[in-house]
Amino acid sequence: MPFQLNINRKSRTVDVEGDTPLLWVLRDALDMKGTKYGCGVGQCGACTVLLNGHAIRSCLTPVSGVNGNITTIEGLAENGELHPLQQAWVDLDVPQCGYCQGGQILTAAALLAEHPKPTDQQIAATMNGNLCRCGTYNRIKAAIHQAAGFQSPVKGDTHDGI
Amino acid sequence: MTASETFAQYDADMQAVIAEVTAIAPPPVTAMGRRSFLKLAGLAGGGLVLAFHLETRAAHAEVSGGSDTAVLNAFVRVAPDNTVTIFSTGPEIGQGIKTAFGLIVAEELDADWKTVRVDQAPIDPRVYGSQGAGGSTSIPRGWDPLRQAGATARAMLIAAAASQWNVPAGECTAAASFVCHKSSDRKLSYGSLAKAASTQPVPELTSIALKKRSEYKLLGRRYTGVDNRKVVTGQPLFGIDVQLPGMLYASYTMCPAVGGKVKSANLDEIKKMPGVVDAFMLEGTGKPSEVMPGVAIIAKSTWQAFKAKAALKVDWDESDASKDSLTQAAAKAKEISAKLPAPEHNVGDVDAAFASAAKAPEASYDYAMVSHQQLEPQNSTGWFHDGAMELWTPSQQADRGQAMVMRMLNLPYEKVIVHQTRAGGGFGRRLANDYLCEAAAIAMKVNAPVKLQWKREDDFAHDFYRVGGYHFLKGAIDKSGKLSAFQNHLVTFSADGTRPVSGGALSRNSFPTDMAPNVRYAVSAMPLQIPCGAMRGPTDNVQMFVAGSFLHELSVAAGRDHVEFLLEWFSRPLTPPEKPAHLSWATDPSRIFNPKRAAGVLKLAAEKSGWGKKLPRGRGLGIAFAFSYGGHVAEAVELSVDTNKHITVHKITVVCDIGPIVNMSSAENQAQGGAIDGLSTAMGLEISAEQGRIKQVNFGDYPILRMRSAPPVEVHFIQSDFRPSGLGEPCVPPLAAALGNALYASTGERVRTMPFKRAGYTI
Repeated sequence: MPFQLNINRKSRTVDVEGDTPLLWVLRDALDMKGTKYGCGVGQCGACTVLLNGHAIRSCLTPVSGVNGNITTIEGLAENGELHPLQQAWVDLDVPQCGYCQGGQILTAAALLAEHPKPTDQQIAATMNGNLCRCGTYNRIKAAIHQAAGFQSPVKGDTHDGI
Repeated sequence: MTASETFAQYDADMQAVIAEVTAIAPPPVTAMGRRSFLKLAGLAGGGLVLAFHLETRAAHAEVSGGSDTAVLNAFVRVAPDNTVTIFSTGPEIGQGIKTAFGLIVAEELDADWKTVRVDQAPIDPRVYGSQGAGGSTSIPRGWDPLRQAGATARAMLIAAAASQWNVPAGECTAAASFVCHKSSDRKLSYGSLAKAASTQPVPELTSIALKKRSEYKLLGRRYTGVDNRKVVTGQPLFGIDVQLPGMLYASYTMCPAVGGKVKSANLDEIKKMPGVVDAFMLEGTGKPSEVMPGVAIIAKSTWQAFKAKAALKVDWDESDASKDSLTQAAAKAKEISAKLPAPEHNVGDVDAAFASAAKAPEASYDYAMVSHQQLEPQNSTGWFHDGAMELWTPSQQADRGQAMVMRMLNLPYEKVIVHQTRAGGGFGRRLANDYLCEAAAIAMKVNAPVKLQWKREDDFAHDFYRVGGYHFLKGAIDKSGKLSAFQNHLVTFSADGTRPVSGGALSRNSFPTDMAPNVRYAVSAMPLQIPCGAMRGPTDNVQMFVAGSFLHELSVAAGRDHVEFLLEWFSRPLTPPEKPAHLSWATDPSRIFNPKRAAGVLKLAAEKSGWGKKLPRGRGLGIAFAFSYGGHVAEAVELSVDTNKHITVHKITVVCDIGPIVNMSSAENQAQGGAIDGLSTAMGLEISAEQGRIKQVNFGDYPILRMRSAPPVEVHFIQSDFRPSGLGEPCVPPLAAALGNALYASTGERVRTMPFKRAGYTI
C-alpha cells in the first residue's frame, strides 16, 4: 500500500507492505543506499536516521509508523555544503571501512543538536549504541569535538576524492 | 569423496589460500622477464595502454586510439586537463589501500596529489596479477610494481617533453604533474604531454631509478582517504549498495550445522508469499568455501526475501553434518596434554636446560573460538547475461573468486566478469568467496540480475571462525636469572584428524619461536567439523597472547624487570629462522625478525607509556612485543580495576616499526583500530557451538567493544629504510598480552584464558 514520507526535505511516495522497515524502504524502494543494514535488530546503529531530529533505528521502524521528517545521511549536507560533522569526519580521516560512519554521524548530529558542546562522557554515552568494527572511536570522538568548535590537534591534507 | 573428505579438502584449500595470501614472493627486479606486449582489456577511455604484470613484471601496451586521454599504463591515465587517474588494484576493506596505492604511484610519477583521482581497477589478474588483500601483504607486494608504474610513466612524460623541446631528457625534471626544463625556463603539463608520451617506448625497468626515502615529497605525510567525502555523504560504494535495472533480491538458507543437506522444504508455501518470485534448492559443492546445500528465495525486495526466509521450514538431513560441541574440548585438551608428541620444532637441548634451571614455571593457557563480524553482512550480486556471469562483490579475493566461479560454472576467463566494490570490513572473513559463489549459483537460475543478501544471523552461523586452542607451557630460568628454555605444546583442532585446521597451526613467524637457545614446540589436534579460517593476525593474534603473557610470568618468577628481561632476550645470538626455501621472503631482511628493530619498538613503548614510573594506586601497566607479518610492534596498556572486576583502560601505547610509512593518517588509524580490535576480542568475544550449531545469533550475544570502553590509543612509528610491511595484522597481536600483564600488575591475578570475561572481568 502507498505511504507518503518526508525524506530530506522532499515528499516521497512508496508502495510497500506496511511492516516493511524504513531501512529497506530507503534502500530498495527509494534507492538511497547511505542507510546501512548491519544487524536488523537495533544493536549496531548502522541504520540510524533522524526522525524530527532524533536518532532512530530504521531497521526497527516499520514504514507504517513513520510520522515526521526523516533525514538520512544523504540529506545532512545542504546546498552542497557538508554538515560540520561530515567535514570534520573528512578532515580528521575518521573512516576505515566506512560502513558504520553514516549512522555514527547522524547519531552525533542528534547529540550536537541537544548538547552543542558535549563532554567526553556525553559523547561516549550517546555514541555507545553505534558499533564501529574497525575501532575508529578515538577519531569519532575527536571529530565530534572539532565539529562542536574545538580545534583538534590532528589534521590531514584534505583530499575530497575528485 | 565422502562428506568428511570433502570437508577436509575444503580446509586444505583454505590453508593453501592463506599460505599464498600471506607469502610475499615478488621476484627481484633484476630477475625481470623479457618485456612483452599484450592486449589489455576492460579499461574504458582508450588511448595507449601499458600494463605491468605484477607477478612477472612483463610490460605491455595497446593502442586503442580515438581519445585524447592517454592511458600510460594499467595504473596511470592522464587526461588533457592534467588530471591523473591512478588505478588501485586491490580491494578497499578499510585498510586504506586505495589511498595508499594512489600515493605510491603518485610519488614516483611526481603527480600533483590534489588533482589525482584514484579509481578501482577492474578485476583482471592476467593484467594485474594478484588482486587480493590479506596477511598485510598489499603494501609490501605492491611496493615495487606500483613505484615502477609511476616512475615508468614519468619517464615517458619526460621523454615526450624532451623530444618536443629537442633537449636531452636528463636536463628535464618533473614536479606536481609538470615537466620542466630549467635552463630554458619552459614547462609543460602532463596533460599536454600525455598523448605524445603514450607513443614513447616503454623504458626498461632496470633503467628506472626509484626515489630514496629522503627524496619523497608525498609519502610519509598525512592524507585523508580519497573516498572520505563519498563515505560521509552516503554514496553507494559497498557491495550491498549495488543496484541494477530489474534487479531481484535473494536470501539463502543453509543447515545451521555445517554439512547438512536439504531433505525437503515448504517451497510451495514460500512461493505464495508476497513479492516472492521463486524459491529453489541448491545442491552445492559440499565445500563451505564454495556453495553448501541450501534453499534460495528470490523476491522483489530484500525485506520480502527476509520475511520468506523467516517462514521457510527445511527438513535437514544431518547424517553428514557437524555434531561438534566445544563444551568438552578443554577437558579433552588437558587429557591430551599429558603426552607430549614428537616436537615439530626443536632447537638446542631443552631437557638439559630444564634439568639445570633455577626455576621452571609451568602454565596452561587457552582461548575461545571467535567470529569476524565485519559490519557489512555478506552479499554479492550476480547477473547471467550474454553467456557470461557478471558479478559485483566486496570480496578480499575477487580474483580468486573469479577463478572459483569459472570452475564451478565451467565458464572461460572472459565469461566471468567480476567487479570489486568497497567492503564494509574484511578481517580475513572475505578471503573466502562463499557468498560470491552462492550469488553466481543463484544467478544462473534467475533470469535477471539478483543480489544475494545474508542476514547478520547468517554471518554468525556460517563464518570461517578463528579456532580456539590450548597451550601447555614450560619455561626455564637459569641461575643468572636469564631465560634458558621455552616449551610450548599446542592442542588444537583438525579437519582431517592430523593437520591443524586453517588458522590453528603453531605460529612459525613470530616471537619467540626462532630466537631461543633451547626451544621445543609440539602440536596435538582434536577433530573438528566447523569451518575455520584466517582472522586478522592469524595464529599470532592468539599465540602472542600466550607467549607474551608467559614470558611475563617468567620475568616475574626471575624477579626481573620485564622490559629489561625482553631486551636481554633480543640481544642474544639468533638461531637462523627455518623458513620454507621456496618463499623468497624467508631471506628478505625486511621480512624477518630483527632484534634491533624489536628492541627499538620495545624501548620506545616503555618510554612513551611511562614504564618504570610510579603509577597512581591501583593502576597497572603491562607491555608486550610481537613480531607479526613482517611488523615489529610493542604495545603497552595502562589500566585500573574496581572491586567488581570492572576494568578501565586509561591508555594504550602502540609503537610500530613497519619500515617507511606511506600515509601517516591511515597508518595511525589502522594501529589505533588494531589495538581496539585486540582489546575487544581479548575482553569479551567468544563463539560456542553445540551439535554443530553456533550459539551466538547477533551482536547482543557478541559484545564487540563500544565507545564507552574504548581508551585513548597513542601511536608512534619508527620509520626506517627497510622495505615496508603492512599494518593490518601486526598491530593486533601484542595487545592481549599487554592487557593481561597490566591486569597482573594491578591485581596480582594472572588471566590465562581469552576472553577475559571468562575470568570474571568486564570492561
